[in-house]
Amino acid sequence: MTDFEYVLGLGDDALVAAQRLAQWAARAPEMEEDIALANIALDQLGTARLLLTYAGELEGADRTEDDLAYLRDDRDFHNCLLVELPEQDFAVTMAKLLFLSAYQKPLYDRLADSGDERLSAIAAKARKESAYHLDHASLWTVRLGDGTDESHRRMQDAVDRLWPYTHELFEGEHADLRAQWLATVEAVLADATLTRPADGGWTPGGGRQGLHTEHLSYLLAEMQVVHRAHPGARW
Amino acid sequence: MLDQVEAAERELRSAAERRLAGDDHLQGYFEAIIEADQKVEPRDWMPDDYRRSLVRQIAQHAHSEIIGMQPEGNWITRAPSLKRKAILLAKVQDEAGHGLYLYAAAETLGVSRDELVELLLSGRQKYSSIFNYPTLTWADVGAIGWLVDGAAIVNQVPLCRCSYGPYARAMIRICKEESFHQRQGFEILHTLAHGTPAQREMAQDAVNRWWYPSLAMFGPPDSDSTHSERSMAWKIKRFSNDELRQRFVDMCVQQASVLTLSLPDPDLRWNAEREHYDFTQPDFDELMQVVKGNGPCNRQRIEHRRRAHSEGAWVREAAAAYAAKRAVREPAGV
Repeated sequence: MTDFEYVLGLGDDALVAAQRLAQWAARAPEMEEDIALANIALDQLGTARLLLTYAGELEGADRTEDDLAYLRDDRDFHNCLLVELPEQDFAVTMAKLLFLSAYQKPLYDRLADSGDERLSAIAAKARKESAYHLDHASLWTVRLGDGTDESHRRMQDAVDRLWPYTHELFEGEHADLRAQWLATVEAVLADATLTRPADGGWTPGGGRQGLHTEHLSYLLAEMQVVHRAHPGARW
Repeated sequence: MLDQVEAAERELRSAAERRLAGDDHLQGYFEAIIEADQKVEPRDWMPDDYRRSLVRQIAQHAHSEIIGMQPEGNWITRAPSLKRKAILLAKVQDEAGHGLYLYAAAETLGVSRDELVELLLSGRQKYSSIFNYPTLTWADVGAIGWLVDGAAIVNQVPLCRCSYGPYARAMIRICKEESFHQRQGFEILHTLAHGTPAQREMAQDAVNRWWYPSLAMFGPPDSDSTHSERSMAWKIKRFSNDELRQRFVDMCVQQASVLTLSLPDPDLRWNAEREHYDFTQPDFDELMQVVKGNGPCNRQRIEHRRRAHSEGAWVREAAAAYAAKRAVREPAGV
């Protein structure tokens, strides 16, 4: 029996990632990138909707995707901290996407072969999209890392700042995915002439237990404002 | 409307198949092409004024798609359901795609996209006045889809028959997608109008605010339109501003009744003699103020575009530097 909170956590990762990526609409560095980021945001949102709908069914309390997205507070969100961090600049966005997609791809690969038919169907669709996200983030990490001095500095800085948040991805049952994740990420960083940060030290976590950074509450306030202002309305 | 787009697409194909007897005289050949409803293609000779006029119109159209992402993009993070969020995100993505088609069409006339973007950012080229109005509630997203995209379609469907081939082809692709957007906007308003009293009020308020700016999208009245006559002679334009505006009003009145929303014009009524609706013209002085840069959001829109452009400069420079390094490391063909 698949656990409600587990599926909810995966759905929340995708939903919060989509919300952050969507903030780039009409402000990307070039028009092609506006299209690509919207595309990736749409993929994440699509997966979030499937996972939240399924989570609602597992819970058995008649909560829809919208009930789960719009009517929970941050203490009830189960996403990892990485996805809720602000975008700050394009290097941060690409580092977040690299770390996330290098994690989601093998995770969805695994879930696609799981015994849970619903989850495996969702994962089978999502893993193809993750492969594209990983490809896109890898290309930009390399372009920025091996581009100009400024882009190298910014990309290294983004990688350094976000690295501590990646440990949370491999808590509990996903611990064994880290080896594959590291192999993927280390190869991209090497191509990009970037230095892989050391492990250890500060390893923030708690997202899966609803203990978030101060950023999530603002993100939810914005996301939920219209829905909450009209209780029970249809859209 | 979609059947008209498809008819234009068929005509475009058949025009390409027919060949025109050669005329040694360039101007004569050009005029014969226009006369015979053939398409002018990038390598054909064309009068300088025709080229300039097209660059101006296509660039302005491309800029409108790019600036037009902002008012709707404003609501993506706050869309009230996940389904609506997905539809809106896809729509804004389509607009970026339309901008790219149109810049590519303009580039066939010998200008570069970078030059055109520079003209937009420096304020020397315009974009549609409509995007200088703010989106104040979620219902505005519906009103933009229904009225603004509706007006755009009425304006753009005839451009599918425009005499310049690359523009006509871009418009065919764009009109097909726009008609989806318009239907989605209509659906948002329909849901709101049939929802709670607060939702209904929100929908009516949005229609009240977007009606006249949408009518103004067709441009000044025919008596004041500077470029119209020549554009019509060249078959860039097929109908006058006032003809298209009338067509739009006639279409909206019927759709408003399905929405159960009213249009904010007390003098709107059927004229049996003309077989059209009589209506109050938009305030053209206000239109001129907005076109001059004095609308509610002109400064905000252009500042946002400039900021995105300047904040993205280091990314574009990095991509160029990386491509240059690769070209050295891996010569072509490797």
